[in-house]
Formats: sequence, C-alpha cells, structure tokens
Amino acid sequence: MEADGTQVRMADYLRDHHDKVLGRWSELVVIGLRGRTSLEEVQHELGELYSLIVRVLSAADDHAAVELRAALDEMSRSRALNGLTPSETALAVFSLKEAVYELVADAAEMVPEFLAFSRTVDDLGLRTVEAYTAAREQIISDQATTMLELSTPVVRLWDGIIAVPLVGTLDSARTQLVMERLLEALVATGAGHAVIDITGVPTVDTEVAQHLLKTVSAARLLGAECTVSGIRPQVAQTIVSLGIEFGDIATKATMADALALALEHAGLKVVPALWSGYRS
Amino acid sequence: MERVPIVKIGQTLFVSIQVELQDESVLRLQEDVADELAATGAHGVIIDITAVEIVDSFIGRMLTMIGSISRLFDAETVIVGMRPAVAITLTELGLSLKGVRTALNADKGLEILNGRS
Repeated sequence: MEADGTQVRMADYLRDHHDKVLGRWSELVVIGLRGRTSLEEVQHELGELYSLIVRVLSAADDHAAVELRAALDEMSRSRALNGLTPSETALAVFSLKEAVYELVADAAEMVPEFLAFSRTVDDLGLRTVEAYTAAREQIISDQATTMLELSTPVVRLWDGIIAVPLVGTLDSARTQLVMERLLEALVATGAGHAVIDITGVPTVDTEVAQHLLKTVSAARLLGAECTVSGIRPQVAQTIVSLGIEFGDIATKATMADALALALEHAGLKVVPALWSGYRS
Repeated sequence: MERVPIVKIGQTLFVSIQVELQDESVLRLQEDVADELAATGAHGVIIDITAVEIVDSFIGRMLTMIGSISRLFDAETVIVGMRPAVAITLTELGLSLKGVRTALNADKGLEILNGRS
C-alpha cells in the first residue's frame, strides 16, 4: 500500500487514541452480533486487526498488508463456519469507521485523513465479504462431495449378485460415480449380476435413462448382466410418454423380482424349507 | 513389431494381450487367430485384456472383427478381464462389441465356452 501523508497522520491518530477507538469499535461489533460473543473475545480479535491496520497505514513494513489480509480471511472464514451472515461479517470491519468518526467528528482538520481512511476500510470490508463467500462455497462443495459418497453404496445381495440402490436425483457426475463404483464392485467381487434399484430416484428423464443404459452396457462389456428395478408407476408413465427404449435390459417393479430373476440366471432356486425353526 | 502369442488349450485358443497394441500388431493378431483356427479347428477363443489399460475405437473394432472371423470357423469368442475404465471408454465411444461374449475372468469365460459345447 502506498503511504502518503494523510495515511501516516491517520495511523498516528489511531495509535494515540488506541484504547478509545478499539473500545468503541468492540462495543459496536458486540451490539451488531446481538450478544453472541463476549466483549473480551471481540476485543481480543479486533485488537490484532487494529494493530495490523495501524501498521499498514503507517507503512512501517511490507508484511503488514499480507498479514492483515490473512487475518481478515481467517476471521471471515470462522464467521462463515459459525453460520453468521455476510453483513454481520462485514459489519465487524465497517464499525471501525463509525468508531473513528465519532471521535473525529469535532476535529475539522482531520476530514481529509478520515476520507482516505474510510476508503481503506471499505476495501477491507469488501475483502471480508469476498473471503466469506469463498468459505461458504468451499463448505457447500465439501458437503456435495460427502453426499455424493454417501449416496452410492454397492451392496452384496447374494453370492455373485450385487445391488446398487440409488436415492436422489441422478445427474451426470453422480451417474459417472455410480458407474465406476458398480463396475469396480463387479470386478472385485466377481459378481455376474447387478441390480440397479431406482426406487429413490424422483424423476427419470431421457438423460437419466441414457446414463442407466450406458451403465448397463458397460457392465455387459465386463461380462455381467444388469437388471433395473424399482420403477414406480409415475416413472413408468414418464418413460413411456418420452418414448425411452430400454431395449433388451430387464426391468422389474421391485428389487425382490430382480433378485428372483438374478437367482434364476445364476441357476439357483429358493424353495421352502421342510422344517423351519422360525415357524410355529 | 511385437507379436501376441496364441496358446491352444484343449479346444480353446487363449490370447493374452500383454503389450501395448499397435495397429500393425493388431492386424497381425487377426491373421494369426484365423490361421490358428483353420489349423486346429478350435471351438472357442478367449481374449484376455486384463493388461490393456487404454483402448480406442480401432481396438474395439479389432475385437469385434476377431469375433466375426471366429464365427466363420464356428468358434465363439469371449473377451475376459476388461477393466472398468476400459468398459466406460468403450461405452462412451458407443461400441457395445456386438457378436462377442464377455466374462469377468478367464474362469467364467471357459465356463461359457464349455457350457456351449
């Protein structure tokens, strides 16, 4: 930051009135946060910012600007994590202007200094909003990744039969993941049959159907047969009215039907036991 | 040019592709399989592609071609050991390998061929 006379004078002013300005600033921030943090905590946090701002204004060293940005980023990030709003985050910085203004209001000779200072504080405030947004976006993308991982389990139904219950909307990224997981599970377990259950998929459009078809044909290339199960009445109607062709892929209403079909293909048969201890 | 060896076990020809396939060696393999089928009268061909990590449309077509050639000799072709990534690539390319069977591993491939005869 380029230091000129006004900034250096402002820095001196801030240094002289350290306790007064910092105290008022902390009060304003605590009021803005409506008592969610104690005055001591805020004072400690702002005290660091305050001394960094003074160092930046007086242009004592080059590291101050970098440190100030890092401190602001860190503050915004922690506020984003704690669920504070962007305006509450930016307020923490903008309140400094108000605190200083209350002091310099009577001193007419400080007006040019205050205006320059005000511009600096505006920049810092914008910086916090930017950092806040970045932190929020990071949180959202982390959550999306977690959900993606949670929502694609591959379960073993029987020797050589695996199932993938799909819950939630299918998009390209997710189908890609489902496809990879399914194929890897087929290779790892040596299963010859896979059941893709779409009971939890709210809508099936041409894109989703296309993805399903791709998954099935990739599984076929590995030498495994796929059955699509869990087609609900509304989904069936959509599929037919969209004119989607599932070709020679077996579709079943329930996963039980699909399992029965897979068992039949594997040459297995479920018969009632002659005597079962569970029966009274 | 590297040649892919063809091993005859019983009534089955076993082809394990271990090298990176060049266009020339692919054409050579097709010829070799045809020659071997004619000479031995084998009833099945197992192509093991476990070691193949990269495929393109040319290799996909080669696999289908070997399938068609074998059929002329009344032999069935089974491709075994395809990697998931390879399967995804082939699907994205729109190749479904019509005319050849696929199996997860050589064991299952043999089962398919034996079940047929």
